[in-house]
Amino acid sequence: MNGREKEQYLREYHVMKGQGKPFFPYAVAKDSFMAVFVLLVIILMAVLFGAELGPKADPTTTTYTPRPEWYFFFLFELLRVVKPPEFVFAATIGIPTLCLILLLLLPFIDRNPERHPLRRPIATLTGIAVIVAMAYLTVEGALAGAPTEIELKTAPGLEAGRSVAASSGCLGCHRIGDNGNAGPGPELTEIGDRLRAPAIRRTLLNPTAPMPSYRGLSQKNPEQFSELVQYLSSLR
Amino acid sequence: MRLLPGPLRRKNGDNGKADGNGNDDQPKSDIPGALLVSRERDEAVINGRNGQDAKEQKALQRERLKEAATEVPATVVGWVDERTGMGPFARGFMFRKVPKGTNWFYTLGSASMFAFLSQAVTGVFLAMYYRPSADEAYTSIQHINNEVFAGELVRGMHRWGATVMVVLVFLHMGRTFFFGAYKYPRELNWIIGVVLVLLTLMMALTGYLLPFDQRSFWATVVAVNINASGPVIGPYLADFLRGGAEFGATTISRFYALHMLLVPGLIAALIGAHLYLVAKLGTTAPPWLKAEKKRELAKEEI
Repeated sequence: MNGREKEQYLREYHVMKGQGKPFFPYAVAKDSFMAVFVLLVIILMAVLFGAELGPKADPTTTTYTPRPEWYFFFLFELLRVVKPPEFVFAATIGIPTLCLILLLLLPFIDRNPERHPLRRPIATLTGIAVIVAMAYLTVEGALAGAPTEIELKTAPGLEAGRSVAASSGCLGCHRIGDNGNAGPGPELTEIGDRLRAPAIRRTLLNPTAPMPSYRGLSQKNPEQFSELVQYLSSLR
Repeated sequence: MRLLPGPLRRKNGDNGKADGNGNDDQPKSDIPGALLVSRERDEAVINGRNGQDAKEQKALQRERLKEAATEVPATVVGWVDERTGMGPFARGFMFRKVPKGTNWFYTLGSASMFAFLSQAVTGVFLAMYYRPSADEAYTSIQHINNEVFAGELVRGMHRWGATVMVVLVFLHMGRTFFFGAYKYPRELNWIIGVVLVLLTLMMALTGYLLPFDQRSFWATVVAVNINASGPVIGPYLADFLRGGAEFGATTISRFYALHMLLVPGLIAALIGAHLYLVAKLGTTAPPWLKAEKKRELAKEEI
């Protein structure tokens, strides 16, 4: 907006404001009604859904699949959509930070003096696209269950390891055969080809972020841990 | 009169006499040479009159009190105004004009603020019972849920209020975006708003760990690990959040402090700045009304 457009806006706004109604009581009445409505919704949700409390946090188990609050699903899903490990950084920090910076700089990016949504199609379409993308990622994130079963054929003697893998939350981030999520972790269907058992053991103990460490399992249940390592190294 | 105890009765009588003398200009009773009978009669009359006077006096006093009472708020406001000079700003804020055509979408901002206030109030009550340590956090939440009066309701309100607040904040941002309300001269207010969105999400994230059940614990572990994958400051930020290299006893009190003190303080301060700018720059007019205005002006010019 140049100086002339700014002045024109201010003049027009001054006229429109002059023709308006006082904030109190007109806007205050609407705001108060809305506030009561918001409070009723909150109380209704509290009564209907209650305050659920799951089992106590246990840092030594890794059998729990992490699930964020639903309004973080779009970020969570972004992690799973991005598959190559070298781009995980982009999904965890890169894209959200970039979006935040764009959002902060929006008034300086969009300097079109027009304000009507229909007369600035690029901005409006971008906004709708962002909303659709976030809605899509949220729905996808919500539908991605927490699978705890692995259907891949297993060599005899390794079933114990398979059940440990299935119940340890690996599938929250890794795909094994037809089960599990495609990301953010790499696919494990043929992990035995790429990593030997000692390497797998090291990775489980000192994983790269955002994977949680399985040190707890190895200390609490060394047999289960070695079964898990054997099972994973057998996948090829 | 007889019902009253001696001293009080005398006092009453004296008062009555004095008032009678002063108001009605009746010096008769005090004339020394007057006949006893007439004096008694006069006294009786005066007493009667005094009774009426007292009634009138009381009614008058009551009215004066009423007047004084109705003036109390104005006096208090005046007293505060004299010392703060807030009068013009408060009047400007409350009676500023809002352009025509502002619809229900314009209530989303105040609704977000109200949701924040609700979170603050329910949060204070939860803080009365919550103990931010790895050992006690879970049991204190169990205590709130099962034993504290209306504890589950208040915790439910806090938990679902967070969802409502996040939704309202995003809706408010969407309204501002599609109405082009972030444009000149309100760019700074948009930036403050984006920071408020970020802080709201930080509240959601830091609050999520506090119940300390499996779900909140593991989700937070992943969230902190995501932070750790950031460049340069990522690992330091994650270490700061955890209070060390591993999730430990200090992690939960750290999240508690962030959730209770730092972030809500910042939010309250920024809401103040946000509101100040709204009052100063005015509520935006709906963009479609501006178009009509233009046409009218064009007609006038022709």
